[in-house]
Amino acid sequence: MSTKINFIPFIKRLSRSKTAFFGLIFLCFMLLVAIFAGVIAPYAFSEQDLLNTLATPSMEHPFGTDEFGRDVLSRIIYGSRISLLVGFISVAIALVFGGFLGAVAGFFGGRTDHYIMRVMDVFLAIPQLLFAISVAATLGPGLGNLMLAVGVAAIPQYARVVRAGVLSIRSLDYIEASTASGGGKFYIIFKHILPNCAAPLIVQSTLGVAFAILVAAGLSFIGLGLEPPNPEWGAMLSTGREYIRDFPHLTIFPGLAIMLTILSLNFLGDGLRDVLDPKLRR
Amino acid sequence: MLKYTFKRILGVIPVLMGVTFLVFTMLHLTPGDPARIILGEQASLESVQGLRDQMGLNDNFFLQFFRYCGNAVTGDLGRSYSTNRPVFSELLSAFPYTLQLATMSIAIALLLGIPFGIISSIRQYSLFDNIVTSLAMVGISIPVFWSGLLLILLFSVHLRILPPSGGSGFISMIMPAATLAAQSVAVITRMTRSSMLEIVRQDFVRTARSKGANERHVIVRHALPNALVPVITITGIQFGRLLGGAVLTEIVFSIPGVGRLLVSAIQMRDYPMVQGGVLFIAVAFCLVNLGVDLLYAYLDPRIKSQYK
Repeated sequence: MSTKINFIPFIKRLSRSKTAFFGLIFLCFMLLVAIFAGVIAPYAFSEQDLLNTLATPSMEHPFGTDEFGRDVLSRIIYGSRISLLVGFISVAIALVFGGFLGAVAGFFGGRTDHYIMRVMDVFLAIPQLLFAISVAATLGPGLGNLMLAVGVAAIPQYARVVRAGVLSIRSLDYIEASTASGGGKFYIIFKHILPNCAAPLIVQSTLGVAFAILVAAGLSFIGLGLEPPNPEWGAMLSTGREYIRDFPHLTIFPGLAIMLTILSLNFLGDGLRDVLDPKLRR
Repeated sequence: MLKYTFKRILGVIPVLMGVTFLVFTMLHLTPGDPARIILGEQASLESVQGLRDQMGLNDNFFLQFFRYCGNAVTGDLGRSYSTNRPVFSELLSAFPYTLQLATMSIAIALLLGIPFGIISSIRQYSLFDNIVTSLAMVGISIPVFWSGLLLILLFSVHLRILPPSGGSGFISMIMPAATLAAQSVAVITRMTRSSMLEIVRQDFVRTARSKGANERHVIVRHALPNALVPVITITGIQFGRLLGGAVLTEIVFSIPGVGRLLVSAIQMRDYPMVQGGVLFIAVAFCLVNLGVDLLYAYLDPRIKSQYK
């Protein structure tokens, strides 16, 4: 069982699904937008035009301006940096800690497994959004804390996926062979076991980034994410809500950005599941 | 079955203890002195110290924790800093709104999700199936705090047929319930579809067909009852999620439910309220999950037989 994914045929198989292909393309587009935000954004995200506040979409401001006369399009473009960063970093946090706990629990089994998973049960007893809200409230606002809150809340899920993968692989012959030839426990976990349960992890992580972006935007929406001048999509929606009656463009565009980003990640995750995990094929 | 039920109920207790400990510790780590928050910035150091003694805040951390647990068992979750009413009664008066919202949402989800899932599976890869599966993905991806605002924009601002805020009767809850249901509709549709697709390929369905039963009979009498077992499980999980995840929907539609109570408590640093609220939702979540597991064990003889 080789873990190296042959890239070209992989993309070919993935793009057989139109939706997965759309997801991949849109995600690449958003990544480019985030990286080159400084070049493509027509205005700076905090540039105020107080003579031109709450303007409806026009040639000059395609998505209109907000209550301080800031260009909504530029703010959405810069906001993509925050959302994608929070999405990827928080999943990385969950993946590293959850993956480690799950691998240890699954590999050592017995009491170690019992205690780790009971602690995970406690975490799972609090709905993920609520848990993220509690952590964010404890840590206070800020980008780092937002990532931490969203990431910590997702740890148990990754622990579960990795544990299940490890359990299914642990008793296979090649692990025994590696033990017999003197492989250390952590060497076996990292070298032989984890790479072979990568498929469900990749799927879970892709869907996880989508959920992390959703949770992060939700936290900012209720004022627990980033502080105001930052162009966060959820925070922009929270402002838009106040002006929804007369200036709906402040609500429509940031929400569209959130939804399309999440949708593309979900489409991609679903497509990856079909390609990487034939057992789960729908 | 009785043994299994008993075992599962006992299993919930340590989890709830763990949740209480987790939330208690988190709030303990939160910066800010509760006594200072109650008395305000102007209060003298002596009066703050006095109140800290009175509230037991100077005691050992574990002593405080066990005192809280002891009180919690009797339904005493302390008093809210902002209203000075018992936290438990505040939660109880907010809970019916959350419960109504979750119940209406799950009803919508079942009414739409199961038929969509069945039709989608019968006509796999048809136009209908493609539209349904794509829409289901949109349903999962759409943030409730956006779709809710769009519904308000359409039905309250433009068409003026539904009130923009919920919590005042059945009509006012239609829009919030629809908003919250979108994700559950999608999840239940996908689950019904994939479960049906798996079941219709099994031998007993082929046997039913080969005996000459018509297609409708095969689907409704043979495939569906078996395919619905995992759907019941996921419905239960969704219901638990709705009870805890209604926070954002409650805020968008200004519904005075548990979620909104909790978020405003966080904003006002009303610690007993936050602690009680999280615990309350965790208890509800655990009980729903427990119910789902028991129902599942009851419906699936393979699990039941292990505990005979």
